[in-house]
Amino acid sequence: MIAPLLANAESVPFNPLPWMIATPLIGAIVIALIPRHRTDSLRQVALVFSAISGGLTLYTMVEFSAAEKGFQFVVNAKWVESLGIGFHLGVDGISLFLLVLTGILFPLAIVGVDPHHDHKPYYAWLLVLMAGCMGVFISLDLVLFFVFFEIVLVPMYFLIGGWGYANRVYAATKFFLYTMFGSAFMLVGILATAVLHQQASGGNITFDLVKIATDQSIATEAARWLFMSFAIAFAVKVPLFPLHTWLPDAHTEAPTAGSVILAGVMLKLGTYGFLRFGLYLFPEASSYFAPVFLTVGVVGILYGAICATMQKDLKRLVAYSSVAHLGFIILGTFSFTVQGIQGGVLQMVNHGITTPALFLMVGMIADRRHTREISELSGLQKSAPIFAGVFTLIMLSSIGLPGLNGFPGEFLTLLGGFKGARWWAVIAAVGVILAALYLLWAYQRVFHGEPTEPNRDFPELRLREGLVLAPLCLLIVGLGVYPKPLLERIEPAVQELMVHVGQHAPKVDVRDVEAPKRASSERAVESGSGK
Amino acid sequence: MMLASAPTAIPTPDVVWSALVPQLILMIGGVVMLTIVSVIKGRPIKGMYALYTVVVASAALLSTIPLWHRVLNPAEGPSSLVGAAVGFDGFSLLAIGIICVGVILCALLADGYLQREGIDGPELYVLMLLSAAGGGVMASANDLIVLFIGLEILSISAYVMTSMHARRLSSQEAGMKYFVLGAFASAFLLYGIAMIYGATGSTNLGDIQQFLAENILLKNGLLILGLALMTVGFGFKVAAAPFHQWAPDVYQGAPTPVSAFMASVVKVAGFAGFIRVFTVGFGTYILQWRPAIFALAVLSLLVGSIGAVVQTNVKRMLAYSSVNHAGFILLGLQAGALGTSGAMFYLGAYTFMVIGSFGVASLVGRVGDGRQSLDDYQGLSRSRPALALAMAFFLLAQAGTPLTAGFFAKFGVIKAAAETHNWSLAVIAMLSAVISAFLYLRIVVSMYFGGSAEEPATLSGPPVRVPASASIAIIVALVGTLAMGIVPEPFSKLAREATAQITAQPADTLRSGAPDFGPVAGP
Repeated sequence: MIAPLLANAESVPFNPLPWMIATPLIGAIVIALIPRHRTDSLRQVALVFSAISGGLTLYTMVEFSAAEKGFQFVVNAKWVESLGIGFHLGVDGISLFLLVLTGILFPLAIVGVDPHHDHKPYYAWLLVLMAGCMGVFISLDLVLFFVFFEIVLVPMYFLIGGWGYANRVYAATKFFLYTMFGSAFMLVGILATAVLHQQASGGNITFDLVKIATDQSIATEAARWLFMSFAIAFAVKVPLFPLHTWLPDAHTEAPTAGSVILAGVMLKLGTYGFLRFGLYLFPEASSYFAPVFLTVGVVGILYGAICATMQKDLKRLVAYSSVAHLGFIILGTFSFTVQGIQGGVLQMVNHGITTPALFLMVGMIADRRHTREISELSGLQKSAPIFAGVFTLIMLSSIGLPGLNGFPGEFLTLLGGFKGARWWAVIAAVGVILAALYLLWAYQRVFHGEPTEPNRDFPELRLREGLVLAPLCLLIVGLGVYPKPLLERIEPAVQELMVHVGQHAPKVDVRDVEAPKRASSERAVESGSGK
Repeated sequence: MMLASAPTAIPTPDVVWSALVPQLILMIGGVVMLTIVSVIKGRPIKGMYALYTVVVASAALLSTIPLWHRVLNPAEGPSSLVGAAVGFDGFSLLAIGIICVGVILCALLADGYLQREGIDGPELYVLMLLSAAGGGVMASANDLIVLFIGLEILSISAYVMTSMHARRLSSQEAGMKYFVLGAFASAFLLYGIAMIYGATGSTNLGDIQQFLAENILLKNGLLILGLALMTVGFGFKVAAAPFHQWAPDVYQGAPTPVSAFMASVVKVAGFAGFIRVFTVGFGTYILQWRPAIFALAVLSLLVGSIGAVVQTNVKRMLAYSSVNHAGFILLGLQAGALGTSGAMFYLGAYTFMVIGSFGVASLVGRVGDGRQSLDDYQGLSRSRPALALAMAFFLLAQAGTPLTAGFFAKFGVIKAAAETHNWSLAVIAMLSAVISAFLYLRIVVSMYFGGSAEEPATLSGPPVRVPASASIAIIVALVGTLAMGIVPEPFSKLAREATAQITAQPADTLRSGAPDFGPVAGP
């Protein structure tokens, strides 16, 4: 796969995308060669390779041109020529920050969490997982996307099963089978899409996303079925309401690093999939089914919030809060407005900063106290004030307090929702209040009051832990006050997507796409920084 | 006066020996081995038998390469030879190639196994070579009678191999069951051939093809009955539900390397015959036989996956999973000529995956070959991490995880189903793969996550020993599975070119510009 790139190394400028996938894989091989008892060198190697890959994502972000249309850093090589499968990579404003997020979270998870046993396979699996996650966000070929989408299951399965908590095997198996169930439909959908596209457009069979999406040659009725086959896979991955039951188990039983990656990166595979392989590939069908997804999205917001309120386990509470937060992303996506989708992408990034930070802190509590039961914890604020302070900041960001990063995304999705899907947005707004309810209530029970005996000497935040959380906290404040750098790169891609949708989905009203450029991003900046 | 007329000579066909070299190498190789060991006194060096078998099978494998170039050459082209009884085309060469790879890997597994069990001897290897030769005959048979002969050589050797472990009762029982049920299946097939002969007046696939293309049968009951009986016979051989009942018992009881042989070589030969007879001989009747294959596929997919879930014996699980895989390959067959390349790719991929899985199982079985329950796998990841990782890899490959051969195998047959617009079948197949994944994960859980986090389970019983020959076999299977998953292009291209070559017509008809009744595409 890399060979054709090396051959042209002199003529083509350096393209970081293939190396983002290759670097962690090379790291995993290096780790396989290190003796198992040298835990420190194992960790260092894992950190170095994940940091190189993460550095490449930052390089991509810097080199990314906000003004340019379409996909950038494109690699278009052949993979399986006789089957029409290409090695087609590229990045646009929608995937750019998800890529950067992946590049930041993995090194942090490697530094911040100690697996306690079997370091060698642990780091190897994490690096394989990183390669897979990177691949998903940059694949522009249906089969290549599926390969990465599906391959991430394996390392995550082993991470949950090998390093998780008491009920880990059940959670890992459930996670694997649920996701594979969704992917089963998607694989049939992918093949059907390619076959029907070939029969409609002629020529050789191709799985190229851009080609199939641009041609839009599949009959409307068939495209609706195909969209649903993709949507089931993404709905499991997001997860949407009736298919979400794997999430609380997987998140709760996973080791802390697993939860960080699950919440930070892997949940985004579903919402990203909806944008790229739903709206872009099947614009008409996604607008046709929009009411269905708006409904399950809003149900998810309320249901996730109510379930979170009821939880006795702190980690499970955070897990359910994800169900609610991702509902907002779905609301924004299926509102079919520029603000909504833009807010959805922003919310993906922000949820990927906030929730992993929460999981890290819950992991620290569990490490110190060997329990995550809310009733067992109390008065931690007295014994560890700095710890409590950092927790407060992250929690407030999760609630969506203006001035912190949770706000602009949530606000834009609701704004887009009001324009595109008014009544759903009205109901969803209730979820904002519920988020405050469950998080503040949990905070009160865990941190306020007098510490009981075992909580009295709860250790304070250590320097290393602080250093892991510091970048996330900086991003929480930074992106809350000034989200413009993100929005101005996301917006052109969303505009382009909406123009594409407008051309092919007669139902969708795309008047606001033609609105003066930057209008929506400026509005968001005002609202973000004005509080 | 009539008596006085001189008896006319029975016409004997020209035998193009050079085109039969692979089958001949396998068969003569087996017979020569049998002769030498009965003449020579004393025991040869350890591993000699296996080495000889590997050399013979490799020679047969290599001999397919020049033949392959001859087939691709339009002047010699694909044709049927030896009085139109043998098909000389890419399809048969590819099937023989896969069979040879299966023999090489199984012989390597058998070496360590037989020495460990103290029953080392030439018999198993001789039978393996003869059985493979039968499989080669079957894959290239262009006449139903030749097909039947190939099938019998293949099967009878396999019956004996199954009961090879004379000290294990279960091995004897398995051999008996396999023999009785297999004989039934052969009878069904033979009866079907008789019906076909009655309906079309020939047992030659080329003649049958031509007859069916030129004549419209007003009453085709006899033909349909013949096809149905043949479907039953082939269904038995490839272990497709509802004719799979023998498989779990026989796979469990047979010596594990023989189980690997049955799941790979016997299945490849069975499917090669199945595909050739149905898509070439009866290609014009696809609308009549497709529903039957469809039903067989659905049943195999569901029975294979659901049946496996309740098992606790790993060999039984793999047996049920092989029924599930048969369902997937039938997905390729039901698509007619469109699906043959997918089915052949699947067979190649499955050969590597299943021999790898049974290879690990044969090692974990340890002395006596009895430790095959899920509990016996507990703690394997700690005492034998590489072996556990290999097993996990083979199992995930069978589940169809990307970047393994299993993914592109499933991809190919689902594509065939999609091209014939059989969406329901494609969805059923993929859902059955999810159910099967549960069973593969159960084995993985047992190997990796047995016991509690504080006290991981340890391997019970004697340590698992890995002889060098078996590790070579497992590594080759691993590399094959990985290569077909990461760079499938050469294999996919090979399967495509090979199956495009399938023919039932003798060379002279082809070249004289007679209508080409090559593979008939589905609607």
